[in-house]
Amino acid sequence: MSTDTRTGSSTDTGKSTGDPLVHAVNVTKAFHGNEVLKGIDMDVHPGEVVCLLGPSGSGKTTFLRCINQLESIDGGRIWVDGDLMGYEDRSGTLHRLTDKRIAAQRREIGMVFQRFNLFPHLTALENIMEAPIQVKGEKKKAVRERALALLDQVGLKDKPSAYPAQLSGGQQQRIAIARALAMQPKLMLFDEPTSALDPELVGEVLRVMRQLAQDGMTMIVVTHEMGFARDVADRVVFMDGGVVVEQGPPSEVISNPQHERTRSFLRRMRQEEEAHEKALEEAAHLAGLGDEGPA
Amino acid sequence: MSTPAAAADRPGKIHARPVRHPWRWVAIAVILVVVAMMVSSVVTNPNWNWSFAFEIMQQRPVIDGLWKGTIFGTIGAMVLGIVLGIALAVMRLSTNPVLRGVAFVYTWFFRAMPRYVLLAILGGAIAVLYNPIDIGIPFGQQLSKALGLGNDLTFFSFSWNDISSSIWIGILGLGLSEAAYMAEIARAGIMSVDRGQTEAAHALGMPPGKTMRRIVLPQAMRVIVPPTGNETIAMVKDTSLFIAASIITELYFQAYGFGSRSFQIVPGFMAATLWYLIVCSILMVGQYYLERYYGRGFGAPSKATRRKLDTITAGH
Repeated sequence: MSTDTRTGSSTDTGKSTGDPLVHAVNVTKAFHGNEVLKGIDMDVHPGEVVCLLGPSGSGKTTFLRCINQLESIDGGRIWVDGDLMGYEDRSGTLHRLTDKRIAAQRREIGMVFQRFNLFPHLTALENIMEAPIQVKGEKKKAVRERALALLDQVGLKDKPSAYPAQLSGGQQQRIAIARALAMQPKLMLFDEPTSALDPELVGEVLRVMRQLAQDGMTMIVVTHEMGFARDVADRVVFMDGGVVVEQGPPSEVISNPQHERTRSFLRRMRQEEEAHEKALEEAAHLAGLGDEGPA
Repeated sequence: MSTPAAAADRPGKIHARPVRHPWRWVAIAVILVVVAMMVSSVVTNPNWNWSFAFEIMQQRPVIDGLWKGTIFGTIGAMVLGIVLGIALAVMRLSTNPVLRGVAFVYTWFFRAMPRYVLLAILGGAIAVLYNPIDIGIPFGQQLSKALGLGNDLTFFSFSWNDISSSIWIGILGLGLSEAAYMAEIARAGIMSVDRGQTEAAHALGMPPGKTMRRIVLPQAMRVIVPPTGNETIAMVKDTSLFIAASIITELYFQAYGFGSRSFQIVPGFMAATLWYLIVCSILMVGQYYLERYYGRGFGAPSKATRRKLDTITAGH
């Protein structure tokens, strides 16, 4: 993976010297007249890991969903790997693509949801195998081998025949990551992948994501996990009120934020983290007491 | 608290007297008396004539009516009703306003039509209105007249009389009516599936049709199957309306016929009753297994599924 194009390469104009994998220019989106995205520019280069930070309602999840057209955009353009998402430009006039062609565009983009959204009527292995067979028409045997390798990769090789309801949240999310990877995507989108998890299960999911980043996957991650953003992201983008407030390497944005809005958000996050750690410690303390009880 | 005291001064196992329920015993006594009266009547009143009822049950025309009318008619009408009903539900939930409107009007009309009247119309009125039925290019006959063609653009035609009292009319009538109810059941089932499921399938690049077939419908089945079982059982009984379309190869008409021809009307009724009870009991058992199949992933998997999965993943 080329690392030279990573840090600090992108500017807010959307024009970049390299070939960005995601090239978004002036993206706007409104829900019932309420403008959620107010002109987002963003480039993500191959191999780059970008974390989107910001308070809830800042538009980061909406922007993520616009990239793979789960939401259509009202203005601007998004290109992924050179493809204009959702539309076809026929000599200057935009034509909306059919659902089938939008589906084809999404094959290159994996997505992991906050609430996992595993298919509950299929086993873990079937969840991973479903799309490559049904969407790409791949041979079952080859897909099964890849799926089992992916299960191993996410540390769940002993769970191929478990149904989602029999798995913990962390296990389900790891299966969901494997399911997205089975389509061999060029880009992975993560929409708050750990915020529906019990605190003690967050680590196992972050570990899988960290490994994925090290293997060179291009990732856009909406998250509240500051530690992950600090350690893994090549760039963090701070959004608020539907605009990009500030972006840059995590060392700069997180340690030395330039804008007051970023500063107050980070302060709040730090307080929450501390409260959280305290709660965990207390829980561990109580658990320790419980162990000693009957002895 | 932490030092165990001597067993003697600590309360032990509870041997309390249960709450008494005297009224239960009264109810049991009343029910026993009523049941005894009924049994005694069934056994001693010769007009029940059970032996003749059993005989009627085994008559060739009654058995034919059971298989070719009641059971085949139920299967046919339910297949038509389920397929058409799911199509209507998908139309009803579509973004296309024309499809939505058509589905709505269909459901409105066939829910308002009594099945008996519908069968009577199909069996009688259609033959008066459209006979023979010509299959060809729409408005072909008018077109050919206007253009002075020799051919009237009809590919083939058939007389309604040929099929009017056949089982197919019965299946058509009950199936069309059933589709309206199944559409509502299927719609509830589809809507019960979490929206995240559709999104996850879309995010994997699945087109909408495949998402519906592979992801949404199999999960909707969990909600659709139980009421569909009820509909099937109701359909078994509704095949007794076939007579409205002059379809006589049917259990009730045949059993009743045997009774009335021999002036033994009660055994005729009883023969039909017993057959309906048997068929519906078998259906209820089948429904149990269907529900278990479509409930997979929502409880512990069945032994068979586990075995299947173990063989799939064996060797790795």
